[in-house]
Formats: sequence, C-alpha cells, structure tokens
Amino acid sequence: MRTEPCILTGGQAVAEAMRQIDPDVVPVYPITPQTPIIQGFASFVAQGRAHGELVDVESEHSAMSAAIGSALAGARTITATSSQGLALMAEVVYIAASMRAPIVMAVGNRALSGPINIHCDHSDSMLVRDSGVVQLFAENAQEAYDLMFIATRLAEHPDVLLPVLVCQDGFTITHSAEIVRLIDDAAAKTFVGDYHIPNALLDLAHPTTQGPFAMPDYYFELRHQQLGAMQAALDAFDHIAWEYAVLSGRRYHAVELYGVGGAEHVIVSLGSTGGTVKDVVDAARADGEAVGLVQIRSFRPFPRADVRATLGTRARVSVLDRADSPGGAAPLFADVAAAVQGMPVELRSFVYGLGGRDLHPEDVRALFESEERTHAYLGLRGEPCPV
Amino acid sequence: MPGPMTWRELPLGGALRPDQAERLRTGGWRTGVKPAVELDRCVDCLLCWFYCPDSAIRLDGTAFAGFDYDVCKGCELCSVVCPAGAITMVADDAD
Repeated sequence: MRTEPCILTGGQAVAEAMRQIDPDVVPVYPITPQTPIIQGFASFVAQGRAHGELVDVESEHSAMSAAIGSALAGARTITATSSQGLALMAEVVYIAASMRAPIVMAVGNRALSGPINIHCDHSDSMLVRDSGVVQLFAENAQEAYDLMFIATRLAEHPDVLLPVLVCQDGFTITHSAEIVRLIDDAAAKTFVGDYHIPNALLDLAHPTTQGPFAMPDYYFELRHQQLGAMQAALDAFDHIAWEYAVLSGRRYHAVELYGVGGAEHVIVSLGSTGGTVKDVVDAARADGEAVGLVQIRSFRPFPRADVRATLGTRARVSVLDRADSPGGAAPLFADVAAAVQGMPVELRSFVYGLGGRDLHPEDVRALFESEERTHAYLGLRGEPCPV
Repeated sequence: MPGPMTWRELPLGGALRPDQAERLRTGGWRTGVKPAVELDRCVDCLLCWFYCPDSAIRLDGTAFAGFDYDVCKGCELCSVVCPAGAITMVADDAD
C-alpha cells in the first residue's frame, strides 16, 4: 500500500491512529506533553470523524478506572497520559494489568516531579515498569503512529490481554513535525478488527465476578498469570508486526539491530535517542569504527533472549538510560546486565537526558570513543558521586 | 477433592463464574445482634432490601420474605430505615 506522506507531529499522528482505530470509549485527562494527542482526537470526535465516547474525567486516576470499566464491559478503550498523570494512574495501572484489561495507552514521556519539569525523560514509564503492562517505545512519529495499531491487536490478543503503553518522547516526538505515512482508513479498520474479550461484563448471559479478593493461597498464582501473558506477548508482537508489515511495508521487531554486523562496541537505547545514535553509527562506520546500535522497542516484555544473543559476544556494550534509580542500577542497564549474565562482555551504564536535557550526536560519538570503564552521567556538571 | 488451582488452571485474571464461587457464610462475623421482624407490620416497601449492604433480605417476588442470617452482619440499617417499625434488633442467640 502506498499513501501520500503527511507532515505531522507525534501527537497528531497518534490522534490520526485513534481516529482510524475508532475506539468505543476514550476516558482521558489532559496533561503536557500528551495533550496534543487528546486534543487532536477530540477534534475528530467533534467533526464526526471518530465515533467513540470521549469521557472527560476529573483526574488520571479516574481516567484509568473508567478505562478498566469500559474495557472489561466489552468496549475498545484507549487513553493517554504523561508524567504526573501516569503517576496518579499508577495504582490503577497495576489493577488494569491484573484484571487483564486490554487498554491501549499513548504516553508522552515526561520527567516526574520534582523538581517540576515538562520535558522528556523515561522516569514516568519506569514508575510502572513492574505493573504488568506491555511498554513499547517509539523512535519517531511514524513509529508512534504504527505502534498504536500493533498495540491494539497485541492488547486484545487472546494469549496476552494486557494493557499496552505506546511511549513516545515528550516534545522530541509529541511536538516535532516529521514525515508520517498513514495507512488507509479501511485497511486500518480491517487490521484492528472487532473488539472481543473472553469475559465481557455486559455479556449478561455469562455473568462473572471480576477483580476478586485473593489471599496468600491465590495472589501468587494470579500474579504469575501476568508473567505468562507477558512471555506470550513477545511472540504475539512479532506475528502482529509481520501482518502490519504486509499492510504498511514497515516491519517492526521487539529489538531493532542497526549496524551491529561485526560491531565490537554496541550502544543500547530506548526512544528517540535511537535516531541520534543511528546517525552517529553511520558516521563512525564510515570512519571504519566497528560500532552499532541495539534499539529496544519492546521494553516490557524485555526481549532477553534476543538481547543476550546479540550483545553477549561484543567486546563492549554501553547502555543509555533516560531514567535513573538513585542507589541502584539504571533500569535499562539492569535488564541488559541480567540478559548477558555470565557472558564476557564489558558493560557500561550511561544516564543522560534527565528532565529533557539534550543528547547531541557529538556526545554519542564521544561515548563510543570514551575509555571510561564505569558508570557515567552524560552532560552532568561537576564530578559525579562515586558509585 | 483436587488441591488449589495452579496459575494455568485459574480463570483469566481471577474472573469467577457464579458456579465457581464458594458460598461463604460471612454472617459468622455478625456483631452480636440480628434483625427480627413483626410480619403483620411489614408493608413490603422493600427499603430494607434496597439498603442492605449484604443482600441479606430475602424476597418472594416483590414481597419481604425474611432474613438470610448466613450473610447478615448485624449492621442494623434495615431496622433504621424500616418506615413501619417492623424490624427490631435482637440478641444473636434469640429464637
């Protein structure tokens, strides 16, 4: 399929995807930098180009609660948030995952307070890292758009049935206009298909009690069910992404390998930074340096086997984290380290870009050339604390 | 009797069908008093049924039909809302 390229921000592109998916219910509360998503979608509803129920709730806690109710009632449900909004939702995000509510959530990643800030980092996503939701990270507006369709199918896949977050970097993607190719409206509708879940609350012929109390005799097993769904999500993602590639010509993998052939030094990144690193990899390889990028598209489930297979044989791996864990390992680094456990690879952890601080190509180039052997904080003023 | 279900055997997200739920006798937690009715005062307004937080009011069609002491906690709401003065609280061990 060929469609004309549009110039859209990431926020607008996701709003277009929501118009095409045409969910039944969208409970949402505005917050920078997610607001353009819901503002765009609200315009489509006002114009009669989207037909779902847009529910203006009084907080993100309510948005996520309403999303659980509608998704389990039997209505396709999408919401969106950022930063403090995701923090306020967090309690209910865990419940949505445990109740196996296939909600799609667009996230415009933004640093958590405090100090209060509106710009990008991944601390909001990492706050719900262990909640049991799938987290996909887009590198640009096109990916944010495409991942919304894949996320809808993935959330509703019978082996998965989990909330899926489509994360795009706040401002860097949400507010930056880029070339985006949309798929055809009718093809989008066919791709997502009808909404179906096994135990719809409004299936009155088959009533169920959902979210029951679970004591020590059952809590552990119900939590483990979520792990089973997460593991199934890796295969399901690959299958759905393949179908989407047939439709769009764009093939997505849980891990994207860029220039890793023969690379001795590989950077691992999440989100828009992958685009910056790709430019640096191109330039460095042109200069004869054996460097590459592993871009993590599915952060949860973490594609551990692929990461181990790709990184375990490299001389050096540098992990870029746009979130930290004071007193502990940065989150992406911790996952990569666990994946390559026992392999003779030199691992380095770099925390960068907190609160929206830019990471420039020359910073990445310097990182490839640096002999620093421990942990570092890119762009920090002053000597970092010893760790 | 098979043992407790494994994680694979459990229904999705713990969602229960009516036939999978045990009928628990939560009335065992009762406060020490229970409701009693004088049926000739009852006007079948069903306010007690509407207010009861534990579904402990039995109905026969739209007529009041007594209490389900297996689930009644003795909260006294029914006796407070009854407009006919038909419900009084009595000791748990009263006949």
